[in-house]
Amino acid sequence: MKTQRRNFLKIAAMAVLGWGVRPASEILASGGGTASEGLLFASRHKVHVGPNALTASRWAMVIDTAKLNEKVMEDIVHTCHSIHNVPTIPGNQNIKWIWETHMDHLFLEDLHEYQPEAGAKSALALCNHCDNPPCVRVCPTKATFQREDGIVMMDFHRCIGCRYCMAGCPYGSRSFNFMDPRKHLETTNPDFPTRTKGVVEKCEFCAERLAEGKMPACVEVSEGALAFGDLGDPESEVRKLLAERFSIRRSPTLGTKPCVYYLV
Amino acid sequence: MYDKNKILIGLAVFVVFMTYPFWNNIGSAAYQRPEIEKPKNAKDCVESVEFMRAEHMAMLNDWRDEVVRGGEHEYHSTASHQVFQKSLTKTCIKCHENKDQFCDKCHATVSVNPYCWDCHVDPKGEKK
Repeated sequence: MKTQRRNFLKIAAMAVLGWGVRPASEILASGGGTASEGLLFASRHKVHVGPNALTASRWAMVIDTAKLNEKVMEDIVHTCHSIHNVPTIPGNQNIKWIWETHMDHLFLEDLHEYQPEAGAKSALALCNHCDNPPCVRVCPTKATFQREDGIVMMDFHRCIGCRYCMAGCPYGSRSFNFMDPRKHLETTNPDFPTRTKGVVEKCEFCAERLAEGKMPACVEVSEGALAFGDLGDPESEVRKLLAERFSIRRSPTLGTKPCVYYLV
Repeated sequence: MYDKNKILIGLAVFVVFMTYPFWNNIGSAAYQRPEIEKPKNAKDCVESVEFMRAEHMAMLNDWRDEVVRGGEHEYHSTASHQVFQKSLTKTCIKCHENKDQFCDKCHATVSVNPYCWDCHVDPKGEKK
């Protein structure tokens, strides 16, 4: 059959009508548990909750910059990196899950040169577990995915090392294994896998510890500087801290909606 | 018929090549299942021996997806009705401590190379 201009336009118009009657929310975003993927927002994976697991509708972390000092930050970084087998590689191929950095690197838009002298000079940076995570949207294999409780997870088995997520993440929270990390590990924790060459990795809010009913390791050793809890619960520690104190987030204008809050 | 001889020679060469694995193995010993080391401190596996022998690879593959993507950490055994943690290092390797004598022995014999241990840590292997 010869396609005529008139027929083509008819079919195109019907197709547009068909899309028009689909709810916009369904096209742009899809809710938890469904297999379909939205155009603008990523879908969220249902999490099975074990009997001992800690649960939340939306996990978030609050970092009190006033309570952070060199020793606490060193302890936190060391604890996280040692239990998760994060290697220390000299040069620019190092792997980082949580690290100390200057305030002006953390908050590109919020700081000016007349900050109070007593204010924090540096704080901890980690994956922000954004509400609208660019890394999840750009991952072609869905190795990076978001759980219903907001944690942005990595499936190391599925990562093909394309590093789109690293380009997508505006916070530089992701690291790529350019080499076998085991060569740079002094001790290994047998309960957590080391990663391998060619995969991306990052902080996972200690999802494996939450499943066992434990708080994230960094929170446990932070001596009160880090709080972790449910944003959906008005009685939670994080909500109380956010209500009491002034807090900022990293690059909020990018629209990623980070869920790591800094009290300043 | 043209080139009858060439075709017949070609066919003969083809048949010889195709059947090479069969007649090359005539007289050699049959495949024997390697003797693997059994756990010293446990009697029952999460499932029956027959099931584990045939399905352990599929089971581990399912476990990894269920744990990582679904957050399902508990495995309900159909053999003993006990609950186990779905974990290669925390469940399997707790009993089968010796990876060389358990995993590798069979895998080497049948020439398969799973990449589990590229990431997962074998506690004994790391000490060497």
